[in-house]
Amino acid sequence: MLDFAGRRARRWRIPFAAAAMMMTVATAPAAQTLDRLELIAPASPGGGWDQTARSMQEAMQSEGIIGRVEVENIPGAGGTIGLAQFVDSRAGQGDAMMISGLVMVGAILTNQAPVTLEQVTPIARLTGEYEVIVVPADSPHQSLQDLIDAFREDPGSVSWGGGSAGGTDHILVGLIAQEVGADPSKINYIPFSGGGEALAAILGGHVTAGVSGLGEWVGQIQAGELRALAISSPERLPGVDIPTLMEGGVDLDLVNWRGVVAPPELDEAEREALLGAADTMAKSETWQGILENRNWMDAYLPGDEFAAFLEEERQRVEGVLRDIGLVQ
Amino acid sequence: MEAFGSLLDGFALALTPLNLFWALLGVTLGTAIGILPGIGPALTVALLLPVTFQLDATSAFIMFAGIYYGAMYGSSTTSILLNTPGESGSIITAIEGNLMARKGRGAPALATAAIGSFIAGTLATLALTFLAPIIVDLALRFGPAEYFALMILAFTTVSAVLGASILRGLASLFLGLALGLVGIDLQTGQARFTLGFPQLLDGIDIVIVAVGLFAVGEAFYIISRRDLATEEVVPIKGSIWMTAAEWARSWKPWLRGSVIGFPLGAMPAGGTEIPTFLSYLVERRLSRHPEEFGKGAIEGVAGPEAANNSAVAGVLVPLLTLGLPTSATAAILLAAFQQYGLQPGPMLFQNEGELVWSLIASLYIGNLMLLVLNLPLVGLWVRLLSIPRPLLYAGILVFATLGTYSLNGSAFDLVLLYIIGVVGFLMRRFGVPVAPCIIGLILGPLAEQHFRRALSISQGDPTVFFSSPLSATLLAIAALALFGPMILRWRMNRAAQSS
Repeated sequence: MLDFAGRRARRWRIPFAAAAMMMTVATAPAAQTLDRLELIAPASPGGGWDQTARSMQEAMQSEGIIGRVEVENIPGAGGTIGLAQFVDSRAGQGDAMMISGLVMVGAILTNQAPVTLEQVTPIARLTGEYEVIVVPADSPHQSLQDLIDAFREDPGSVSWGGGSAGGTDHILVGLIAQEVGADPSKINYIPFSGGGEALAAILGGHVTAGVSGLGEWVGQIQAGELRALAISSPERLPGVDIPTLMEGGVDLDLVNWRGVVAPPELDEAEREALLGAADTMAKSETWQGILENRNWMDAYLPGDEFAAFLEEERQRVEGVLRDIGLVQ
Repeated sequence: MEAFGSLLDGFALALTPLNLFWALLGVTLGTAIGILPGIGPALTVALLLPVTFQLDATSAFIMFAGIYYGAMYGSSTTSILLNTPGESGSIITAIEGNLMARKGRGAPALATAAIGSFIAGTLATLALTFLAPIIVDLALRFGPAEYFALMILAFTTVSAVLGASILRGLASLFLGLALGLVGIDLQTGQARFTLGFPQLLDGIDIVIVAVGLFAVGEAFYIISRRDLATEEVVPIKGSIWMTAAEWARSWKPWLRGSVIGFPLGAMPAGGTEIPTFLSYLVERRLSRHPEEFGKGAIEGVAGPEAANNSAVAGVLVPLLTLGLPTSATAAILLAAFQQYGLQPGPMLFQNEGELVWSLIASLYIGNLMLLVLNLPLVGLWVRLLSIPRPLLYAGILVFATLGTYSLNGSAFDLVLLYIIGVVGFLMRRFGVPVAPCIIGLILGPLAEQHFRRALSISQGDPTVFFSSPLSATLLAIAALALFGPMILRWRMNRAAQSS
C-alpha cells in the first residue's frame, strides 16, 4: 500500500515539476511584485462586486501583473460578512484584497456591523456608475422640477421605487430631500429586491418614480418606456442625453463606486506592492477594454486620495441615513 | 405569421451539430445540478459566465437555457425518490411523489413528472413564441396590492396539506412564518430575530430548511426506528410504465399546470414555487380521488411538475421583451446578455432577432432532449430505492450536507441544516406535517413585503386591496377556495340530516 503511494507520487513528480517551471517562466517579468493574490468578492457570483473581482482577475493575470489571482466569494448582508472575515482572518497578509463599494458603507451603518471600513487599508477606487431618476413614459411629471415640486409639497405622495433600504438608491433620494428642503424622514421609499421587481413596478405605474444605476435601465430609457428625469453625475455624460441633478436645481452628485481594499496591519512595503499592482492594472489596456465592454466608468483614485474620499463618503452617508431614520 | 417564419430560421440555426452539442451539454449539466440541493441554475450559470465568454452568444445562451430547464427535471427526480427537493420549485412534488415511490409507484411518478414537464415546457415555449406581449401586459398590471392578493390565494394551499390535525398543521405553518421573519427586513433595513449571528442577516435559505426538514429529518426518523433493517421496501410494484388509469389521471393536471405556471413565471416575485402551490391546490380540489391525496396521488405530481417547467419558460417572457429579470437565474442571464454587449429589452427582438429566435428554438429542442434523456432512465433511477436503507440514508445525508455547503461555503449553514433536521425529526415523531412550514417560509416574507409596499404606496389606505379589480378578484377566489368546501360540506350535512 505504502509502496504504491510512493510510486504514484514519483510518477507525478516530473510533470508537476515541469508545470511549475513553466509557470515560473511565464510570470517572471512581474516577479518584482507579487506572484499570488487572494481577491475576495463579498457577494454571490454574478453580482456587481463579483464581476469587478473577476474582471480584476482577468486583467491582472493577462497583463502579468500578478501570476495567479484567486477569487473567493463570501456573500451576505451587504458585504459586511465578507468584511468581518477579511479583517479578522487576513490581518497583516500582504497578498489579499477585497472588493468594496458605496453599498458596503451604508450596510455597515444600517446593520451596526462590528467591523468597519476604517479598519482596512484603502488601495484604490476603480469603477463608478451614476444613478438615474426615471418615471414611466405616461407619467404627468415631465421634468425633475415637476417631480421635486410634488415631492416638496407632500413628500409622502411621491413613492420612489428602488433597491434595498439604505442602499445607493435610497441614499440618493435622502440626499435630494436634504437638498430641496423636504423632510427626509417622510420619504415614501419602496424598496424592491432586485432591479427587476422595481422596474416592473415603475413600468406598471405602481410607484411615482424609480431610482437605479444607469446601466440597469438604459435599454428601457432608449426604447422610450421610461423617461429619465435626471442623472447623478456632476456633468452631462458624453452620448447620454439626460440632464444632471444640478441642471434641475438640485445641487448634488453621487456615484455608486466600487474599489479594492487591503487587510489591516500591512507594512509599508506590502502596501506599496498592492498600490503598484492596482495602479498598473487600472492603467492597463486589458482593464480599459473591460471597462469599455461592460460600460463601466473609470473612477480610478489611488491610495491616500481614496482613503480621504472614503471618509467623506462615510460622513455623508451616515448623515443622510440618520436623517432618513435608518440609523439611530 | 411573422413569428412562425422567424422561428423556423431560429430552428435552422439551433439545429447545427455544434449548437445541438451545447444544448445537450446544458441539459445534462442542468439535470446534474438539479439533483444536488444547493447548487441551482443561477449559481451554475454565474460560475460558467467567465468560461463561456469564449463562445459565441447564441451557443452560450442555448446552453444556459438547457441548464435552466434541466435543473427542473433533475430536481423532481430526487424529490420523488429521496424526498430531497433539489430546487425549491419541486418541494410540492416531494409530498405526493415520495409517497407514490414508497408504494412502489416511483417509476410512474417519475414518468408523469418527465412527460408533464415536457408538455408544459412545449406549451409554454409556444406561448412564449406567440403570446409574449399579452402576458407582459398582464404581468405589469400586478402591483404590490395584487401580489399580496395572489400570495393570500397561494396561502390557501396550506388548507390542502394540513394533514389530519388542524392544530398541528397550523403550528407547522407558524413555524415557517417565524423562520421567514429572520434576517434584514427589506423595507426598513433592520435586522430581525438574528440572535446576534451576522450569518442570519440575509435570512435562512429556503433550500436549507427544505433539505433539513425533508431529507435530514427523514433520515433521522428512519435511523431512530428499530425496524430499519427489516422494513420492507417496495422499489417497483406493477409495471414500471404508467398504467392507462395513470395516463387518464395525468393529462388534465399537465394542461392545468401549464396554464397556471406560465403567467406566474412571467411575474416578478412569481417564481417557480407559487405556481406549484396553486397547481397542487387546484388538483386536490378538482380530483375525483381526493382521498388519495396525502397517500400518493399522481395528480399531485403531474400538476406541480408541469407548473414549474411552464413557469421557467414564463420567466423568459419579461426577460426577453422588457429586459426584466423575474428570478435569480433570469438576473444572471441578464448579466450574461450584458457581457455580450446585448441589452435585453424592447429592442432585443429587433436588434438581435436571430439570437432570440434560435434561443426559443433551442428551448423546444432542449425539452425534447430532456424527455429522451429522462424517460429511459426512469427504470435506472427507481433502482436507487433497492439500495439497502442504511446505505441509502447515509448517502442522502452526505448528499444533503454537500449540497448545503455548496450554497455559501459556510459551516454555519451546516449547523443550521442539522438543527432544522432535528426539528424535522421531532415533527415526524409527533405527527406534525412539514409541508405547511415550507409554504409559510416561502410565502410569508413575500406576502409581508407586498402588503407593506402596497400600504406604503397608498399612504396607509387599506382599501387599496379591494379597489383594484384584479386584487379583489384574487381575494374572492381565495375566500372561495378556503370556505367553499366548508360551506358545501355543511350544506350536505344539513341535507343529510333533513332527509
